[in-house]
Amino acid sequence: MPNFDYEAPTSLKTALGFLSGNGEIRPLAGGTDVIDQLKSNRRNADLVVDLKRVPELLDLELDEGRLRIGAAVSCTEVHNLTSENDCFPALSEASELIGSIHIQNRASIGGNVCNAAPSADTIPPLLVHEAVAHTASATGEREIPLIDFFAGPGQTVLQKGEILKELVLPASSPNAASAYLRFIPRNEMDIAVAGVGSLIEVEPSSNIVKKARIALASVAPTPVRAYAAEQFLEGSTADKTTIEEAADLAVQAAVPITDVRGSAEYRKELVKVLTKRTLNICVERLA
Amino acid sequence: MSKKHIKTTVNDVEHEILVDSTWTLLETLRDHLGLTGTKEGCSNGNCGACTVMIDDKSSCSCLVLAPEIDGRKVTTVEGLADHGHLSPVQDAFVENSGLQCGFCTPGFMIAATALLNENPHPTENEIRLKLAGNLCRCTGYDKIVRSVQDAAERLSKS
Repeated sequence: MPNFDYEAPTSLKTALGFLSGNGEIRPLAGGTDVIDQLKSNRRNADLVVDLKRVPELLDLELDEGRLRIGAAVSCTEVHNLTSENDCFPALSEASELIGSIHIQNRASIGGNVCNAAPSADTIPPLLVHEAVAHTASATGEREIPLIDFFAGPGQTVLQKGEILKELVLPASSPNAASAYLRFIPRNEMDIAVAGVGSLIEVEPSSNIVKKARIALASVAPTPVRAYAAEQFLEGSTADKTTIEEAADLAVQAAVPITDVRGSAEYRKELVKVLTKRTLNICVERLA
Repeated sequence: MSKKHIKTTVNDVEHEILVDSTWTLLETLRDHLGLTGTKEGCSNGNCGACTVMIDDKSSCSCLVLAPEIDGRKVTTVEGLADHGHLSPVQDAFVENSGLQCGFCTPGFMIAATALLNENPHPTENEIRLKLAGNLCRCTGYDKIVRSVQDAAERLSKS
């Protein structure tokens, strides 16, 4: 473990003051990635700023269907709120998939986003629900659509001294449904070989797809949207034929690597299968 | 590296400790409070041998910094028994042979206790899912699952 100092500020202003200092300053939420990275010398720190005592970063609020997730809120809390209120199903599913329950009790959704692993399970659900990242630094605040938040594996567009403050998900239409599936070779406790989040919103009178969102994990340097598949589905009816075609089109957005978890070819096949399955789940949920 | 003065309640005993900012909760428990029931396995959150409860939520103590527990309540395996009487979860593990070498057992008992606190009547699938973060290389898990099922029955009768 590197030698670092530790601070646990109790206001956002004090936290941002620490974060704007000199040296390597590492924000800490759940710590399930950061502490492991510090121990294994994959990240360094002169100062660790624990954000779990900053009230704004612990807010979790569902207000008229709009979900605000403070950056330090745990996966377990988000899973419980979304499952109790039967909303944002893809996010609810993903927040129960990350590591074990012991990890989910500590790990934050904000940390999963800021760690920016291409395989992060909560990111495709956040993308299909059109999450906006609200950031804060000593010099001001920014709102960044989540799709523009990632710069590469482990890299985000956050500037030095800037942190994620909260993720805001607009209210979902009552005629929309979402789902997230990942493939891992065992039943739990693994990193996605590929993951797909889907959302469709239909026109209730005609069943025509008004909005389609498909986001992929683990098949590109950052999470990506499958725009061609989305555009194809919008304006059509989601049936067996169109879902098959959309699944084929989703593969266009995948530029995977071959590694120990799977070959590029295998990952593309997974994108097709998981897109089809998640779209079918959305259709079932809308029925 | 700086020293931090923290106050924490471990197994219902209040402690005031001077900790290094880089100590993990696991190191603090084992090396500074002498609570060696909590084990170090992988040290990266995969194996669950170091599982403790922080404010009643199961957590990997290897992935928590000591100063993070300032003001928090920690429960380790040493805190499960009540004045020398084993808890229903501990009794169930003993009587169902839910252990062999015993290294993973403290983590499993904490994880099982946390699970049954939240869900007193879990299905077999729920038990397997919620204990997936605890690895055992001896038992093949069946006897552990049976121990948790038995513990649930004991708790519902108590």
